[in-house]
Amino acid sequence: MLSRVADSIYWMNRQIERAENVARAVETTLDLALEGTISPGRLWNALVCTFGDQADFWERFGLADQSNVISFLAFDTENPNSMASCLQAARENARTVRDMISTPMWEAINKAHLFVRAAATGRAQVHNPREFLDEVKRASQLITGVTDATMSHGEAWHFARMGRLIERADKTSRVVDVEHYFRPAASALAPPAPEAPSNRPAASAALSFEANGDGVVAATEADAVQWSAVLESASALEMYRKEYGAVSRRNVAEFLIFDRAFPRAMHFCLIKAEESLLAVTGGSKGTFTNPAEQRLGRLRSTLDYGDIDEVLAGEGGLHGFVDGFQEKLNRASDAIHDTFFALRPVGNMAEVSA
Amino acid sequence: MDLQAYQTEGFHDELFDETLRPRPGAELLVRRLAEASDGELAERQRAADKTLLTMGITFNVYGHEAGTEKIWPFDIVPRVIEANEWSTIERGLTQRIRALNLFIDDVYNKRQIVADGVVPDWLVGSGKCFRGPCAGLKPPRGVWCHITGTDLVRGGDGVMYVLEDNLRTPSGVSYVLENREVMKRTFPQLFAGQRISPVEDYPEKLLAMLQYIAPPQSRDPTVVVLTPGIYNSAYFEHSFLARQMGVELVQGSDLVVQGDVVQMRTTRGLKRVDVIYRRIDDDFLDPLAFREDSLVGVPGLMRAYRAGNVALVNAPGTGIADDKAVYAYVPKIIRYYLGEDAIIPNVPTFVCGEPVECDHVLAKLEELVVKPANESGGYGIVLGPRATKAQLDECRARIKANPRNYVAQPMLSLSRVPTVVGDSLEGRHVDLRPFILYGEDIFVLPGGLTRVALVKGSLVVNSAQGGGSKDTWVVREGRW
Repeated sequence: MLSRVADSIYWMNRQIERAENVARAVETTLDLALEGTISPGRLWNALVCTFGDQADFWERFGLADQSNVISFLAFDTENPNSMASCLQAARENARTVRDMISTPMWEAINKAHLFVRAAATGRAQVHNPREFLDEVKRASQLITGVTDATMSHGEAWHFARMGRLIERADKTSRVVDVEHYFRPAASALAPPAPEAPSNRPAASAALSFEANGDGVVAATEADAVQWSAVLESASALEMYRKEYGAVSRRNVAEFLIFDRAFPRAMHFCLIKAEESLLAVTGGSKGTFTNPAEQRLGRLRSTLDYGDIDEVLAGEGGLHGFVDGFQEKLNRASDAIHDTFFALRPVGNMAEVSA
Repeated sequence: MDLQAYQTEGFHDELFDETLRPRPGAELLVRRLAEASDGELAERQRAADKTLLTMGITFNVYGHEAGTEKIWPFDIVPRVIEANEWSTIERGLTQRIRALNLFIDDVYNKRQIVADGVVPDWLVGSGKCFRGPCAGLKPPRGVWCHITGTDLVRGGDGVMYVLEDNLRTPSGVSYVLENREVMKRTFPQLFAGQRISPVEDYPEKLLAMLQYIAPPQSRDPTVVVLTPGIYNSAYFEHSFLARQMGVELVQGSDLVVQGDVVQMRTTRGLKRVDVIYRRIDDDFLDPLAFREDSLVGVPGLMRAYRAGNVALVNAPGTGIADDKAVYAYVPKIIRYYLGEDAIIPNVPTFVCGEPVECDHVLAKLEELVVKPANESGGYGIVLGPRATKAQLDECRARIKANPRNYVAQPMLSLSRVPTVVGDSLEGRHVDLRPFILYGEDIFVLPGGLTRVALVKGSLVVNSAQGGGSKDTWVVREGRW
């Protein structure tokens, strides 16, 4: 297939997956805000930081409260990672590859875009966004389902799946790391506004993430609430419970990072993304013939042979591990771009223009 | 609903005669419309609009913010053409396209028609769409204009005329197919018991034609559709046709010419391309042969074409026969090459490039419709009877400055078709664009695109200027 088309399909799926993940995280934050164990300012600020666009947010919105953060993450067209921007971009991409995707896929994407556009002009949703968030999630799942059911599982489909799973791996890793932004140690990340959460004495319950000497966290009630929220954010609570029962930091992190069977776990995402990559190249696991295979395979194997206790005890702890993971995942995505999408100049163009 | 309230207002109506009796072919349709309950028409129209929106059937309007997509308005009352009349139209179009193809070939090769004094030398030499680089070309299988979208109109006299030939990159066929689809979804009752010629096989015919004209050495030819990109007004159609045929939709940047062979850049390296259905104007096709500043074209494409390594559809240079001054000579062109009289007449046309005719046009400007010879989309047209004095003066000055570039025609009273306004029907003016494929043989898609001027009294049917479209039925007699 055309390089340009593969590129559009890959990104279209990343964008749809991104919108869904942002929607989940906003929902979870709304829940946590009701629990009252962490101050709302700290929560909403952490949410913005989770997705890495805090500098832009602080500059344009300042105060991290529910209304501002939801405006920014849901409807703000200047934020390229807002749900509205993601679905708009996904539709533009779908339009450029309209000939490659099935009509049910196109109609699902087009409808999602029309819905978000209508909601964005209404804005009533900022104060009661549940229905909107539901719809964004449903749209993403519908598009994914329709893609699986109506598009041949050939090259284009594999690029679609690669995009979706690499995006999902990244977003799950951010959710796993959200505790980092609840900590007072992260106050350097907060804006200098007087209402900024960093200037407030944090509620003691919110600090219960602090690890004791041997890397094991004190299991408090608040801890369970927050890690349950992390699981909710990845729609993972039920599957986690079947596996582990009680909620603890160690086990949640293990589940979301290392599980091979749960479809939002980072390990699962990389295994399947690599399968799709190898289906495209015809390569085999354990060897590589291009940088994309090399980087994705290497990252997948660190999860194959890693374990959670090592991660928690390692340098930088959980946050350090997640940071490194995101960096390596970005490099794998860059390698996919260079290997398949980049329009490389062709050898004897000079002859043509002679 | 009560159809007795409908008014033809002295215009030729496509569904009713002057006494409000249904015309041949339209009887069943009229009966079904009469059976519609109060509010049903408005309801169906809303359903059709919603379907178009969710299907994302759009076009882009130039002059607005880049990428402004619009839903092209669709009216749910079909236009009906009775099968006997259609077969005459079909023969007329076939005849016309055969002659025009011979004309184009002659213009770029021997110019026998000029030598024989049938058309003046200035006509072909000075055409804005004459392409020097095409001189001496012999396109694959001898066909230049593979795809044509001739514009027809019916005048107040009930006669069908050819208004324009559109031999470059005519658009609209995707709407023919989508309109039928939308009609079936939203108003299936109208179809009951009717024998309506299908349009759904167009993509297959198109693909077969494209494969037929492939360079002879390519056994399993790779066909692509070349688009300028998503901001082009007809992008929807480009992607639609590629999808319906199951071929790649490419942009200029996806193609590269190596050793006079056209290749596309894929995830697995370069792949040879044999046939390009290009929806890019000649000017922008190849910066090495035509406009140097083209960003959407493919450098070296014309060399590959000349070398016989790739087929282009339509062939470059066909625009010469699209010139509205050339149009005026088409009846003579038909007689010259085929020895036949034109089956479908031209609208009487004054060519300002001929001094006598030009004087007549300048004297009668306020009665005539003046058209630039080489524009499309309805741009630059001045309707004399509806123009202000200032507009007429400006028009007169432009004709005097460059008479070659203008033609004039009498103001036509276009026929009308009942069109939904609220929950009732009013007549609106229409034209008709049938689509013709020229490959191994000539195929005319039954019906074509009926464009309708939705504004009361307006004669402008162009999508860019407030026009909409209708499903077009070629109806055979008898019921199933």
